[in-house]
Amino acid sequence: MAFAAFSSTAAPSTDPVARRRSPVALFLLLPGILYLVLFFLTPLVSLLLTSFQAPREFGDIGQYDYAFRWQNYVEVVTTYWPHIVRSFSYALAATFFALLISYPLAYFIGVKARKWPLLQSLMLVSVIAPFFISFLLRTLAWKQLFSDESFVVQSLKALSLLGPEAHVTGTAFSVIFGLTYNFIPFMTLPLYTTLERLDVRYLEAGNDLYASPFQVFRKVTIPLSMPGIVAGTLLTFIPAAGDYINASRDFLGGTGTQMMGNVIEANFLVLQNYPSAAALSIILMTVILVIVSVYVKRSGTEELL
Amino acid sequence: MKLSLGKWLLPVYSALALLFLMIPIGYTFVYSFNDSLKSNILWRGFTFDKWLNVCNVQNGAVCQAFGNSLIIGAIATVAATTLGTMIAIAIVRYRFKFRSQTSLLLFLPMATPEVVLGAGLAAQFLSLGVPKDMLTIILAHTMFCISFVVVTVKARVASLDPALEEAGRDLYGSAWQVFARITFPLLLPGILAAALLSFALSFDDFIITNFNSGPVTTFPKYIYISAARGIPAEANVLASAVFILALVVVVTVQVSGAAKARRQAKVS
Repeated sequence: MAFAAFSSTAAPSTDPVARRRSPVALFLLLPGILYLVLFFLTPLVSLLLTSFQAPREFGDIGQYDYAFRWQNYVEVVTTYWPHIVRSFSYALAATFFALLISYPLAYFIGVKARKWPLLQSLMLVSVIAPFFISFLLRTLAWKQLFSDESFVVQSLKALSLLGPEAHVTGTAFSVIFGLTYNFIPFMTLPLYTTLERLDVRYLEAGNDLYASPFQVFRKVTIPLSMPGIVAGTLLTFIPAAGDYINASRDFLGGTGTQMMGNVIEANFLVLQNYPSAAALSIILMTVILVIVSVYVKRSGTEELL
Repeated sequence: MKLSLGKWLLPVYSALALLFLMIPIGYTFVYSFNDSLKSNILWRGFTFDKWLNVCNVQNGAVCQAFGNSLIIGAIATVAATTLGTMIAIAIVRYRFKFRSQTSLLLFLPMATPEVVLGAGLAAQFLSLGVPKDMLTIILAHTMFCISFVVVTVKARVASLDPALEEAGRDLYGSAWQVFARITFPLLLPGILAAALLSFALSFDDFIITNFNSGPVTTFPKYIYISAARGIPAEANVLASAVFILALVVVVTVQVSGAAKARRQAKVS
């Protein structure tokens, strides 16, 4: 199942403890499970029901009745298909770049820095340091660093790397850049946890058998770090696909970069078009669940090969 | 020559990557000292003024939002840590029906995009006619923190030697005594880590909050709303203060942990 991808980041369990059957288990489980049923599961059902609602006849804006108006889905897909495509392509691009940037970093911290535990700890703290400062302020900092008057953009223009009329903020580049930056720690941490446990003797064995460094990396290191790659890419892709802060016009996005999250927010909180927002949310969640389960299954079999 | 280049490539790259991660943090920190007016975009000179008078701007709107975030974070953390720890103990220690369904229910909130969680809860509150306020935010935050608590505490429970609890029972400790004197103290590091994670998740959450907050403003929501007209430097001050505090806590824990590991390595 898909959750195996996440549990791989946890410490190896020292099972097999004989698990007991006891009424205590029910007492321990029930409050939390009930809470998740009430505030996670039924809201999803509520969202599904809302996605089929029809506008009330002679009703005000924002008044809907329960119905089975499946046309809501047709309408949101025909209206918002560019946003749907954008969400998944931006998320895919950000996941790819985050993996590219994070892997060498995680490899250094997890394998090369083993000899120096203090350095290893401090580097790990640096990776999670962005979590300690507001996500929105970090994103805004990039917006200001990339603004038209900024040093970065002025220098790029002076070097003619950027046209005199060009902007950096409000483009697909800046949104993907923001997503990549914001999710690098989510990619690096699971990669680190698997690479930290990588037995370097396997790499040495590869070298002894006259494999080139690249072959060792491709045939040994990558397959052994597959659980980390799967967990990291999922932890990046899922939140990136639903994000709407980076793509927001007040942050790194523009009118041409709006993602599904922006449309869901606008329809729900501003236009009070709840059924459209709900239908888009259901589409987003379904596509993600399909992608995740296919991906986990495929990478799982590759790991066995 | 080629060899030494290859040797230095990875460390230099890693240092640069970490530096890249720090850029926005440095920017936020530096601009907390900007002698700015309403918006904090152009550098107008250095001042300690914003640090000394954090709450003076906009009748203390920043500080009020910050306070709301602290209250919400504290309550949601206590609730989620309690519920999540109980689940974690049950999963590792007991056999029960619907085991895989329970795991799925715990996994799904982590695999669902925040915008879907937020919109779903908001749709439910809307259909039930529940007004959005502080309580709805707390209910929402508790929900998404539970799964993370379970994952964190579960690892700790699994590494716990059940023989210690058995010894307690053999010595005629009651079920409650065994839990309070043995299980709980041994789980405490894991529970504290989970609580810190919950608080951090709640404190920095924007997307789910935005859907379920109504008129209540939290710190991230304040930043989002102000982004269009400019964010006062006071927000940078508060964010930088939180950053420094969190960094001090984590570095202390990590450094002492590394020192402990080295001592143990020497002993063995």
